[in-house]
Amino acid sequence: MIEIRNLSKKYGTFEALKNISLDIEKGTVFGFVGPNGAGKSTTMSILATLALPTSGTAKVGGYEVTDYPKEVRKRIGYMPDFFGVYDQLKATEYLHFYGASYGIPRPDREKLIPQLLDLVNLSNKADSYVDSLSRGMKQRLCLARCLVHDPDVLILDEPASGLDPRARIEMREILKELKLMGKTIIISSHILPELAEMVDEIGVIEHGEMIAQGKVADIQNRLRVKKVIHIRTLDQENSLAEKLRDEPFVSSVLSDNTGVHVHYSGDDAQQSELLRQVISWGIPVVSFQEAQSNLEDVFLEITKGGPSA
Amino acid sequence: MNMNWSRKWINPVLDKEFRLRMRSPKSMLSVLLYVLALGAVAMAFIYMFLYLGRGGQQRFDPSMSRTMFYVLSFAQLVLIAFMAPALTAGVISSEREKQTLSMLLTTQQSSATIVLSKLVSSLSFMTLIVLATLPVYSIVFLYGGISPKQLVSVFLFYLFVMLLLGSLGILFSTLFKRTIVAIIVTYGVGLIIFLVTGLLFLFFMGIVQRNYMMSGATTPPVNSWVGYILGLNPGGALISIFEPTFSKEVFSLMSGGSTINSKAPIQLWLEFVLVYSVVIVIALWIAIRRIRPVKRGRLGRQKTKKPVETLGE
Repeated sequence: MIEIRNLSKKYGTFEALKNISLDIEKGTVFGFVGPNGAGKSTTMSILATLALPTSGTAKVGGYEVTDYPKEVRKRIGYMPDFFGVYDQLKATEYLHFYGASYGIPRPDREKLIPQLLDLVNLSNKADSYVDSLSRGMKQRLCLARCLVHDPDVLILDEPASGLDPRARIEMREILKELKLMGKTIIISSHILPELAEMVDEIGVIEHGEMIAQGKVADIQNRLRVKKVIHIRTLDQENSLAEKLRDEPFVSSVLSDNTGVHVHYSGDDAQQSELLRQVISWGIPVVSFQEAQSNLEDVFLEITKGGPSA
Repeated sequence: MNMNWSRKWINPVLDKEFRLRMRSPKSMLSVLLYVLALGAVAMAFIYMFLYLGRGGQQRFDPSMSRTMFYVLSFAQLVLIAFMAPALTAGVISSEREKQTLSMLLTTQQSSATIVLSKLVSSLSFMTLIVLATLPVYSIVFLYGGISPKQLVSVFLFYLFVMLLLGSLGILFSTLFKRTIVAIIVTYGVGLIIFLVTGLLFLFFMGIVQRNYMMSGATTPPVNSWVGYILGLNPGGALISIFEPTFSKEVFSLMSGGSTINSKAPIQLWLEFVLVYSVVIVIALWIAIRRIRPVKRGRLGRQKTKKPVETLGE
């Protein structure tokens, strides 16, 4: 559905994107991950026909974005990371405006808009002025706006940013529903656990380069971040971290005020041996537990060493 | 729906612009202030000439009402010069500032529709304001001295000036990211059109006349090029609408000289309309091209193939 080849974008001498290639199959939910300013928004606005690449091609549904922008616009619903609303419009009028702008005839819109409002749980706000809505509601309204022309692809730039936890959960539920509807979704975030349970694939981007990309599980395997062991001690984290670095099967050690995080690739027997070893060093262990490695660990693992993959 | 015509003529962008414009209390307030300002000019004029002139013995006759018409028309022109940039120079950049532009640009609306709809909507509102001043003009009609044709021509001229300033406003609104910059630049260009052209005319007229005096020639050369400069000034063009002989006088070197047989090469208002029509077209063309990112040159790059549509989910 989406095909990006050697995409580069320069702003003056600043390279926002360096030779990015990416394929996203129909119906896939793709998580775009990376720190702020890494190039996520640039990639998304190129796909949304709002910026031109310096070189390379990007296709949506087979249509090259710079050659057939109109065809591409028909197929995408784009939600920018920062967006405004027309204050003096009511929620239904707001959707009518965008619906009409996509050429949907009024009788169809009359039927469609209540369904969309229902999908994003805003039916009770249909006649409210947009500026009276809360941020989370505006975000959901904007999502409904992306859907008026029933696009195949949704490009959502940080849809959960600035939302309180409750609004985030609501947003996530809606996205799950959209996934069930078979939409291809590209969603960017720097808050990884948000994405963890709903994305099929992730692409990690940093300094304009795609440093890892693929199925979440594949990436975890490739990086051999099998498990993370979390050890809490009585204030001896630093000396423990120092000693652990030379142990076998330890790929990296991070220590912070919550304890020591050990990326460990040994099996259970070796792990119990490690615990015995730690205790034999005379370090007062408070807890020694295995944490399920999640996307965030993957992310930290990938980005801490700079571009490597 | 029963309003078929509206679906045909009013596109979604225009519909939204109208709605937003008429819903804002600011719009109603600007109509009020505008009519009050022009009304104040009319009242001041009547007061000055009727009660102050000749010890209060002045009659308000048709020639007086014609003068008043001229005064009102000039006041209106100045008001338009102040209003048009403020109303148009923000139409694109304010959407950019309010972060609604990117979403508008990803819809199916063409760049031309977006730019022209915004222009038409601002023009409609300005026309409404200018038409709202008609009751002030009724004072003039009470005393006669002005033909309806003159009034209509003057209002059509206003429409053209609004179109000119509006197109420039939209151009700068597209080119500059910030509304305040766009407004300032539009006012700057407005100042050149309204003031600098007039000053240039006076300056060059002075030089040409001086050279003529120095040369000691007895017959003035017919038609000086200096007149063309005044044709670029809305004030000059407006006077030429009031007084058809004005253009002739401007082009001949010495006012009151041997100009009986000379003919103006072009009416000032006609020159104004012709020259600035080109400006309007160019301004709008650039605005339409620049509202969306400009496509890189096709040289050395082939357009990709259009995919074969295979429907089948």
